[in-house]
Amino acid sequence: MAEFLQFFFSGLTVGAVYALVALGFTLIYNASDVINFAQGEFVMLGGMSTVFLAVAGVPLPLAALLAVIATIVVGLLLYHLGIRPAREASAVALIMITIGASIFLRGAAQVLFDKRFHSLPHLFGSEPIRIGGAAILPQSFVVLAGAAVVVVLLWQFVDRTLLGKAVLATAANRLAARLVGIDTRRIVALSFAVSAAIGAIAGVLITPITLTSYDVGTLLALKGFAAAMLGGIGSTLGAVVGGLVLGMLEAFSAGYLSSKYKDAVAFLVILGMLFAMPHGLLGRGRIERV
Amino acid sequence: MRGWVSPRLAALGVLAALIVLLPLTFPSAYYYRVAALVFIFGLAAVGLNLLMGYAGQVSLGHAGFLGIGGYAVAIGPTHLGVPGWASLLGGAVISGLVAIIVGRPILRLKGHYLAVATLGFGLLIAIVLTNEAGWTGGPDGMSVPRLQIHDWRIRSSEAWYAISGATFVLGAMLAYNLIDSPTGRAIRALHDSEIASGVLGVDVARAKLVIFVISAIYASVAGSYLALLNGHITPDIAGFLRSIELAAMVVLGGMGSVIGALVGAAILVVLPQTLTWLHDYEHMVLGLILMGFMIFLRQGIVPSLVEALAGRRP
Amino acid sequence: MSKTMTAFAAAAFGLAALIQGEQPVAAQTKIGSVLSVTGPASFLGDPEKKTLEIYVDEINAKGGVNGQKLQLVIYDDGGDANNARTFATRLVEEDKVVAIVGGTTTGSTLAMMPVFEDAQIPFISLAGAIQIIDPVRKWTFKTPHTDRMACEKIFGDLKRRQLTSIALISGTDAFGKSMRDQCVAVAPKLGISIVHQETYGPRDSDMTPQLTNIRNKAGVQAVVNPGFGQGPAIVTRNYRQLGITLPLYQSHGVASKQFIELAGPAAEGVRLPAAALLVADKLPDSDPQKKVVVDYARTYTAKTGQAVSTFGGHAYDGLMILVQAMQRAKSADKAKVRDEIEKTRGYIGTGGIVNMSPTDHMGLDLSAFRMLEIRNGDWTLVPES
Repeated sequence: MAEFLQFFFSGLTVGAVYALVALGFTLIYNASDVINFAQGEFVMLGGMSTVFLAVAGVPLPLAALLAVIATIVVGLLLYHLGIRPAREASAVALIMITIGASIFLRGAAQVLFDKRFHSLPHLFGSEPIRIGGAAILPQSFVVLAGAAVVVVLLWQFVDRTLLGKAVLATAANRLAARLVGIDTRRIVALSFAVSAAIGAIAGVLITPITLTSYDVGTLLALKGFAAAMLGGIGSTLGAVVGGLVLGMLEAFSAGYLSSKYKDAVAFLVILGMLFAMPHGLLGRGRIERV
Repeated sequence: MRGWVSPRLAALGVLAALIVLLPLTFPSAYYYRVAALVFIFGLAAVGLNLLMGYAGQVSLGHAGFLGIGGYAVAIGPTHLGVPGWASLLGGAVISGLVAIIVGRPILRLKGHYLAVATLGFGLLIAIVLTNEAGWTGGPDGMSVPRLQIHDWRIRSSEAWYAISGATFVLGAMLAYNLIDSPTGRAIRALHDSEIASGVLGVDVARAKLVIFVISAIYASVAGSYLALLNGHITPDIAGFLRSIELAAMVVLGGMGSVIGALVGAAILVVLPQTLTWLHDYEHMVLGLILMGFMIFLRQGIVPSLVEALAGRRP
Repeated sequence: MSKTMTAFAAAAFGLAALIQGEQPVAAQTKIGSVLSVTGPASFLGDPEKKTLEIYVDEINAKGGVNGQKLQLVIYDDGGDANNARTFATRLVEEDKVVAIVGGTTTGSTLAMMPVFEDAQIPFISLAGAIQIIDPVRKWTFKTPHTDRMACEKIFGDLKRRQLTSIALISGTDAFGKSMRDQCVAVAPKLGISIVHQETYGPRDSDMTPQLTNIRNKAGVQAVVNPGFGQGPAIVTRNYRQLGITLPLYQSHGVASKQFIELAGPAAEGVRLPAAALLVADKLPDSDPQKKVVVDYARTYTAKTGQAVSTFGGHAYDGLMILVQAMQRAKSADKAKVRDEIEKTRGYIGTGGIVNMSPTDHMGLDLSAFRMLEIRNGDWTLVPES
């Protein structure tokens, strides 16, 4: 039993990381149909900037704040310089642009930062909490809480504010939104900014657990993307569910099956789920006009 | 001028002439190697172009087939005693079979779901290649015995330049033939609208599967050539970054353009070689160039160039 | 049609023109290097590049080698063996180098080796696996300790502590896998039995499932973790998180102060085999390596602002062995330099004292490894009685 609980905690920890990354994917996709492969780099920028600012003497909370702001600026630049000029481009071309952006950001990080690994201090200390014979780090709960807070804030934003309704409208049908007077370009820019913020915050929160370096973005983007699709791209809750499910799959495969093939098992299960539910776990089917 | 020579045949003729004449400008074996790599990746890109450009199906895991082909020519002679050329054919057959088995369920997915499924497929192959060290030599890879045809051991860059160049021309010719055939027309139809083509009687599922299998075989042959050229193979031939590179070649060069696939391959193989003087800044520049091409030549290089040149005529 | 042809021809010739950009260089001795400065092995390749650049500059400032300045040509393979191969061909055919010090990873070294062997150019590799020098190839040498030696050193220490049944948890990257394979091969000969094995991906962030399985396995007396990069730091943290108190051994892949910083208090008591470079200041003055390692550590830290790493040390050793061989040969003739490299005797480097021979192209023995233990956030030497 203690064993099962330990695997569960591991899945929760890793799953919360994927959930936060997946949320970033979903947000941008909702507003603009763009799959932003540079999302992983937002996470990297949040973590690495905080580390380097802290080393330079800036107090940690301020460093984190500045890192998030810097990442938001990067996100907005990506939208204005990368996505907006390519408006009529096909979906694949847009994906390529974000991939080019991620290569650029990784290259810039090597020059600005360095190539080593770094960590940040845990928010509530690194003493593990022992429950039922298993141990979980307090930081894991911080990451989970972060994901929960983001989901709640997004939900409230979309539900209660006019701007939020505008985002919803843009997600539903961009042309119709423009016709009713919504400046969809500002909405999409906003979604990039918020996604960048979520990514950066994720970076700050997960670094105490996962460590950070200039190239953490690649694998995180891959798994975050898979998690977002698993949960059903377009569904905020789906992103979180997808992330947690992926984390659980990895942890339980490593624990009960084979640690060598845990990633393979996780992907096989994802493939199986997609075959059974072609719109993901919580995704809505889209109606295609013929 | 129109009419007495098919434009595509002419394009292939120019290409063949280029392949024969270009070596006159090559100062050393290094250039032959780079050019051979361009043709090898170009071959894989042509196959992927058929899938992405003509049939409109996104694949982010195509390097998996590169891996199957590459490891086939490594494992065949080393562990199974099968000679190189037979292993190459065997690899192509295995890739085709894998494509059939995996293709049916995967191709039912659409859009980004298809992308993530192909991503997963590519990763699975890379994971198996990395972990089954008894067969594959693990993450350090394994050496690949050189291709031997009777007494001729093929190992020089010059020889591979000729082989890969000739194979590319052949592959391009076959691709053109396919595009103009009834199957090709069905595939182009389903790119525009799956539902409409279904209504017209096209067996959508079968058309997609056929293209998937063909693109897999192209990639497998390319992978085998790469392994034989290098004499060594590692699992990152099937990795995620390699798949992205292939997709970028197709998109960069122009989806739906066979010559575009070659141009895309040429850019992504040659550009890193020319940018080495940038050292630490190489990746930044590479990323910017990729973004720039996609923003300003968003249909891809060849279609955009063609349009630009056409625009100049009255 | 004619438009496509023109478009295509323009693009092709444009590209061909791009490649033809090489300028001729004045008479300098060219040394080539293909390193993984970016990509998954950049953690190793970056200090290697910095080291080579620092010391080539120093050598040139003192007048060069045999009266000629050295010119260092470095290419970055990004951790990809295919790229490494292309750059190897480029170094041989285009840059026409006289020797190579490079090959950060075993994969890239194995991919490049045939090129250098065929071209008959001396090649000093910076990678760890034993198959680079076993079987011995005429032109290929290497400076880092082999992973087999690391296993032997660890197992020797285990036997001294009377621990004979262990569990392995290794990274699935090339370094981790290669060392794991060597440990499995060598264990029975040294009386160690490996009762359980787990693996993790080099980029994984949580290894508690694997460690839980190890903890639950009966009869495990110690745990060995072959791997490099961030993985071992996370394994060490998870180890303490789960409250496992069995002795933990890391590999020489974590050999940098950064590991202690990242693993934090969990690193207390961890042992690992490492080059003397890591404990430069703690060596007794009588230690033959002391001067070399202290000098290197000081120079590297002063010029780069970063803590010294043994991977940079291997690059230093490779360069110095090559330069000294060139000085002994009094020329840059490839065959003569190769012969002199093979005759390297008593070279005191950061990795140990090197004595090469026609059957040993690495030249280090087990004494080159020191057993270290982490205490109070710093390295200490474990006495070997």
